[in-house]
Amino acid sequence: MAESKQSAEVTVSDVHKTIRAAFEAFDYESNNTVDVREIGTIIYSLGCFPTQADLHDLIAEVEEDHTGFIQLDSFLPVMSKVLLEHKFPPIPEDLLLQAFEVLDKEKKGYLEPEELMKYMTQEGELFTQEEMDEMLTALADHEKNVVFYKDLISQLTIDPDM
Amino acid sequence: MGCGMGKSELRLKKCEKDSISVPAATAISAALLIQRWYRQHVARLEMRRRCTWNIFQSIEYAGEQDQIKLYNFFGFLMEHFTPASSERNLISHIFRKDEICRDTEWERYFCYKSIEVTKTYSGPHLTFPMTFCGVSKLMEALKHKQQLHARYVLQLLGETWRLLRTFPNISQVIACHTKQITICGDLHGHLEDLLLIFYKNGLPSSDKPYVFNGDFVDRGKSSLEILLILFGFLLVYPNDVHLNRGNHEDHIVNLRYGFTKEVLGKYRVHGKKILKLLQMIFSWLPLATVIDNKVLIVHGGISDTTDLDKIARVDRHKYVSALRPPKMNGHGCPVEDRRRVCSLTYHSSAPAHRHDLPRHSLQNTPVYSKSDFPVDDELNRKCRLAGFDQPCCELKKSDSYLESKMTETDVNEWKQIVAVLWSDPMPQNGCIPNEVRGGGCYWGPDVTEEVLRRNNLQLLIRSHECKQDGYEFCHNRRVITIFSASNYYEVGSNRGAFIRMGPDLVPHFIQYQASTTCRELTLRQSVGWTERSALRALREQLFLHRSDLISAFQKFDPNNKGTISLTHWASSTERVLNLGLPWRVLRPQLVSSTQHGMMDYQQWIKELSITEPKLEISDNSILDTMYKNHSNLETIFRIIDTDHSGLISLKEFHQTWELLSSHLKTEISAKAIEDLAQSIDFNKDGNIDINEFLEAFRLVDISAHT
Repeated sequence: MAESKQSAEVTVSDVHKTIRAAFEAFDYESNNTVDVREIGTIIYSLGCFPTQADLHDLIAEVEEDHTGFIQLDSFLPVMSKVLLEHKFPPIPEDLLLQAFEVLDKEKKGYLEPEELMKYMTQEGELFTQEEMDEMLTALADHEKNVVFYKDLISQLTIDPDM
Repeated sequence: MGCGMGKSELRLKKCEKDSISVPAATAISAALLIQRWYRQHVARLEMRRRCTWNIFQSIEYAGEQDQIKLYNFFGFLMEHFTPASSERNLISHIFRKDEICRDTEWERYFCYKSIEVTKTYSGPHLTFPMTFCGVSKLMEALKHKQQLHARYVLQLLGETWRLLRTFPNISQVIACHTKQITICGDLHGHLEDLLLIFYKNGLPSSDKPYVFNGDFVDRGKSSLEILLILFGFLLVYPNDVHLNRGNHEDHIVNLRYGFTKEVLGKYRVHGKKILKLLQMIFSWLPLATVIDNKVLIVHGGISDTTDLDKIARVDRHKYVSALRPPKMNGHGCPVEDRRRVCSLTYHSSAPAHRHDLPRHSLQNTPVYSKSDFPVDDELNRKCRLAGFDQPCCELKKSDSYLESKMTETDVNEWKQIVAVLWSDPMPQNGCIPNEVRGGGCYWGPDVTEEVLRRNNLQLLIRSHECKQDGYEFCHNRRVITIFSASNYYEVGSNRGAFIRMGPDLVPHFIQYQASTTCRELTLRQSVGWTERSALRALREQLFLHRSDLISAFQKFDPNNKGTISLTHWASSTERVLNLGLPWRVLRPQLVSSTQHGMMDYQQWIKELSITEPKLEISDNSILDTMYKNHSNLETIFRIIDTDHSGLISLKEFHQTWELLSSHLKTEISAKAIEDLAQSIDFNKDGNIDINEFLEAFRLVDISAHT
């Protein structure tokens, strides 16, 4: 939801407000603290596309002594820098398409669930079984039970709506 | 600027590469990319789900708060108007002392015997005493949408009432050897969930005891059916079915949240009697259930003063509505009426604010406390709050609150009951007034420990709050919230759950989601559905407050350009609506067109796409007030309509408005009300049909039809 796409005049104060708003959604006790396990969601929702490793590094920068909580005061400056410097920009659609095509060795135009599962759960930053199940349920065409990745990319990259 | 290759990808590549615009050459890099993309997608969905949840919850709790404010306001009116005042007469009956009649009088009033069941009746026939077969048949019939004849309804309710009067305030249950106990939370009229629970878990019986933890009614469409089934099983297995009272087992709350309307709609002739009998039944429902002297089950929760011995000793049936303080063996009306000294909201000795953010603030809530203000100031303050410039009519300064006959014991007792039905847990230590709901308190983990220790308990099970997964632990797993109405806010919003517990007193959770389609919704689909519904509800709220919003926006647009910054939009909207929502996060869903961080607010209001019926009225501001106070109006109407005919006279309509306008402290001209009344009296017979009136003002979301 970063509004920084076109306006070069995004001010620091705007960025702060955006970060604060996202942070607040998970600040259940209203004391400017969130559970460290929610930080990933917050960062992603600000329009960033970090890897898991990037996330770990970021969390290490802001978490206090393994309390399991993150203070807004620590998070704000770090996250502002991330947003202002566009550190984890979105993945261009064509790159994503190429990625899928690499996995689709036979160039079928779609992926079988088993194929996708093999890569997602065995390569890279592995999916858990739960993540995998969710992905298949969400992305697989229900009749044919395959993943038509071309359509998905355009649909999902713009806005995850039904 | 990298195009998205994180450190890990570089590490995994066999060779050093420039990170700019290099296509993912290996399967590993491809996988990484896809994983990253998908995780981002899911996280954004999660954020939306969280916001959607907040929307529903805020609107729901704001409604409850509203209800209680209205009720407190009536209490104030009762105290301060002269007996002759007409407004007082309109509402006095809801404060009237309950007639304690003898059994024979009740029997005569509720007598079902004179109600004939004609041959055309195709629904189930009940025989008493109730049997397992009888209840099963009843359940089947209700499942197939048949309606039970009023005679049988009254008969069943009568038997239930007689039975409940023999029960203690706190049901004691022993978890014995082979029997597992099933504990269910709020059902709120969702018959499909009750049926789903029975399907998954089995019907109640001596081998299968159940505890139902309150809030059987309101909001859902089948509240009465749920009651009939639960009461049916109660009659057959009185030692194995345990019902706890919830805050919605309360006729005042039912006026607003749909149960009253449901009963009157389904039983046009006998509805009033049925409601009256239910009032009594609700007051006789036990307040708590304890398993093995170790597990406490109550609907809302506790407070720092919760004392089970005290609760066990109260006359629970005198609390016909928990919103009403207890009546006493009277010393005559005026004293009784002045009894409404105390706020419904729980008081701690050191009132603290739950948080600094104005999220759920109640800046103007009158907190009626003897100790806070000297008597005169208190009276003046209340008068001002009610919109009267001078101290009210016949107030005598000697009518001191200190002379009230309500003793501290009475107050404490009442507070205990309110806490049990209305409280919510909070993460921080302490015990503070529950200002979001308007009743009971927020209690912290330290209070849990103390109360459990003091009463020799090990676990507290409560309901009252909707939970995404149907249940939730808190306070170091010493408190469980169990909620059994799935899809509570909207299809896909949440699962329901119930608990099974054996003699080891370890809770096992079973979750479910009632749905018409077989497969469970994916996260994306359920977020989509629920979100659309939440946004619709939110757009309605925005629409209702549009004039206030425009005024607020105009403050930031001194040159009248018609645009304001998004930051100002967010802060103004929060100030006006006071729902504590993350407006900046919601902004993309609510404001479609922005330019350079600015938005056209007039256009935006139009785009909310809510429309209203056209009425020929001279004064548009009254329409605004009407829309905004839809629920309050309805509540007032139903209170005034004492014979539950669904009709009120034009004169009563006028008086409704006067009541409402003094509650809101707004000025509404008599002429405007006159106009409005005439235009609503559709058939010009001098009466207004409440249901017609409300139907005419039902907001229509035109975007739903495009």
